[in-house]
Amino acid sequence: MSESKIKPGELAKKINYEPPKKGWLDPTVDFKHGSYNFSGIPKNVEYLQLPNPRKWQPEDPDWQLPENWKEIILQGFKERLDKFRSLKIFMDICVRCGACSDKCHFFIGSGDPKNMPVLRAELLRSIYRNDFTAAGKVFGKFAGARELTIDVIKEWFYYFYQCTQCRRCSVFCPYGIDTAEVTILVRELLNLIGINIDWVITPVANSFRTGNHLGIQPHGFKDSLDFAVEDLESITNIKANTSINRKGAEILFVVPSADYFGEPHYFTLLGYMALFHEIGLDYTWTTFASEGGNFGSFVSHDLMKSLNTKIYAEAKRLGVKWIIGGECGHMWRVLHQYMDTMNGPADFLEVPVSPITGTKFENAKTTKMVHICEFTADLIKNGKIKLDKSRNDHRRVTFHDSCNPARAMGLIEEPRYVINNVCNHFFDMPDNTIKEQTFCCGSGAGLGTDENLEMRLRGGLPRANAVKFVKEKHDVNFLGCICAIDKATLPPLMDYWVGGVEVGGIHELVGNALIMKGEKERTKDLRGDSLLVNHLTHEHE
Amino acid sequence: MNILFSFFAVFLIIVAVIIGIEIAQLEFLFGVIIPYAAVATFLLGIIYQVIKWARSPVPFHIPTVAGQQKSLSWIKSSKLDSPHSSLGVIGRMALEILLFRSLFRNTKAELKDGPALVYGSSKYLWLGALLFHWSFLVIVLRHFRYFIEPILSFVLLLQNYDGLFQIGLPVLYITNIVILAALTFLFLRRLTDSKLKYISLASDYFPLFLIISIAVTGILMRYFTKVDIVSVKELAVGLFSFNPVIPQAIGIMFYIHLFLVSVLLAYFPFSKLLHMPGIFLSPTRNLANNSRMKRHINPWNKPVRIHTYEEYEDEFRDKMKAAGLPLDKE
Repeated sequence: MSESKIKPGELAKKINYEPPKKGWLDPTVDFKHGSYNFSGIPKNVEYLQLPNPRKWQPEDPDWQLPENWKEIILQGFKERLDKFRSLKIFMDICVRCGACSDKCHFFIGSGDPKNMPVLRAELLRSIYRNDFTAAGKVFGKFAGARELTIDVIKEWFYYFYQCTQCRRCSVFCPYGIDTAEVTILVRELLNLIGINIDWVITPVANSFRTGNHLGIQPHGFKDSLDFAVEDLESITNIKANTSINRKGAEILFVVPSADYFGEPHYFTLLGYMALFHEIGLDYTWTTFASEGGNFGSFVSHDLMKSLNTKIYAEAKRLGVKWIIGGECGHMWRVLHQYMDTMNGPADFLEVPVSPITGTKFENAKTTKMVHICEFTADLIKNGKIKLDKSRNDHRRVTFHDSCNPARAMGLIEEPRYVINNVCNHFFDMPDNTIKEQTFCCGSGAGLGTDENLEMRLRGGLPRANAVKFVKEKHDVNFLGCICAIDKATLPPLMDYWVGGVEVGGIHELVGNALIMKGEKERTKDLRGDSLLVNHLTHEHE
Repeated sequence: MNILFSFFAVFLIIVAVIIGIEIAQLEFLFGVIIPYAAVATFLLGIIYQVIKWARSPVPFHIPTVAGQQKSLSWIKSSKLDSPHSSLGVIGRMALEILLFRSLFRNTKAELKDGPALVYGSSKYLWLGALLFHWSFLVIVLRHFRYFIEPILSFVLLLQNYDGLFQIGLPVLYITNIVILAALTFLFLRRLTDSKLKYISLASDYFPLFLIISIAVTGILMRYFTKVDIVSVKELAVGLFSFNPVIPQAIGIMFYIHLFLVSVLLAYFPFSKLLHMPGIFLSPTRNLANNSRMKRHINPWNKPVRIHTYEEYEDEFRDKMKAAGLPLDKE
């Protein structure tokens, strides 16, 4: 990537928050290399039975849209206004107070005014005014209305794929206007005429067919787990019990597929395995629902539902009592806010009760799915596992709240409680960058591609900068997170802006600290790194 | 351009009423018909808009959570920023509506050399907005002394507190000063912050100019170009009791004031001023964070194409068998 060769200092110097002289109503979009994603490949668009499969790329002058594209979009818009109160309200009540303007990581990192959440939504609102309101019809431009043209469509594509649906703007909006909702619906509209990106479409097609985004087939899944069991054994001398697709297990465990195929996710997987083995949990993995993540949610509500169906279906088929979900961000947005509505009621399951502590998870009594951090925090609180914090002494940890667990669930203290019980050196980043105000990794919602790297680095600047702050202040060298996309995209971000900070899951830290019955003396952590700490480098603690 | 457009729009409104009263002598039109029509448009328009919103369902449970969830009994949940009960939601909405809770969070991001991002607290917008809205409300309520006879006791109370400083005669109301200051701030903000100027539409300046003009004409009438207050009250009480009369010689300033208010009322349901009723229906704020505790129903829950386990096993049966994975059908 040529963009990544730009030095961080130079990239930052290029950021200019001064908007251009010319107004924004005339659609203009300059497809800057490194700031957009390639289109969905026709084979997979076709497999998902989505409209208008064809070969095209965003930089093409002709996008080969259907003849009646405008009619399709306006009809689709009307339909969504009738189906989503959120959309209607968000189109009508924005006062352009500008509170959201500098809350978006993409705006902070790019200075492009159309990355201000207010203006991103105005790109749609201007069409709404033109075609659906009296004021827009009468006053036109003066009411901020403009006609829907191909250039508007191109602008939508560019900017609604520069939104990671992180919802930080929505926290600051006095009316709670949620750009993620707008982005989801604009992406739905674009899909009606065959505009989408490959890094979303292909994982969705894979997940539909094989059960996971990576397209790993059942035997491949088993190989991965077998491999992990061996790795864990070589570190601890303990062979973890695992079972796959086992009927009659008490609990179904669902994780994002990167956990068993990507690094550093894999070390978190080892952590899960070690923990569940140690407490003797009666649980099963599944190949059919071998994906907790849901890239369908980056295309449309329909595809979100379509992929999400598998979790309850598999829980029912296997006859489990309830479900635990692993570390993943948007996965938990779907599980917490959509799954029960879309694919419930889960009346074939029971209200989750931890078989180890007896704690009843009342907060999950209808959805019947518990976050692994909730589960583990409860284990620790009840003293059911033995932990040696010093085994993470080589880690000086900070925690990146993933957008969705923070702003969709409010899962804020559980992971911190776990971290504080498994390591000695934990330092939170500044208040304006964590918890409900957390900054996105810059690569969520399907934007984590190589071709989009410059935009990712820009969008990730606020997060990276906060990490840099705690690195300089507290020698932080480990960025903990509970999201698969974070684990995949924060490492290059850290390398670019910060340097010397590793990224990993919370259950990796749990796995390091967990004292297992009959284990051999641990000399290495789950990554195979030596546990010896160089105390000299941390003298000013 | 947007600023000029809005400025001239308000200017023309004022010219129209001057011509209408001074030359055409249309006192009944401007004093009775237009105010009635404006109030009717305001009320019906808002009812129409709210019904329009309410007719679209809330298919998904999407509150924006801004605090700790209620989960394990020993973790303290944030009852107002992440409410899990109806009471909590009412609290959250009350904070939002009465005190602008979310705006209070506002920060200002700055990029310094390094690069280093700093987020400073930025409460001016919150303060300006709060002062404007509350002054406006107090002023509207104070006006009830013209509308209803005998004067309601809460109006007198409000009036006393508002005129607490007792400067000059007639008594100077605090809210008169505050609303003008707040409006000036809100306008200058749009003018001086280049980002805000970029996003501001004519429909952002128009209501500002309109309300500034209303405030100014009101203040002029009270302190400078005196109008016959007895006549004003006669007209207002007449309007309120649906027994309109046009008293003689009220003064042009009053008609300008009244017409501007009428325009504001009629404009309200077709503009961004709808944020006032709209916030009550905003699904990211008015839902409890309890979606795993209580099932949310989508009235149109659309059936979608799915890939079943049977289809999956059919495709991968041989590979699953070879890997020793359990099968439903051998």
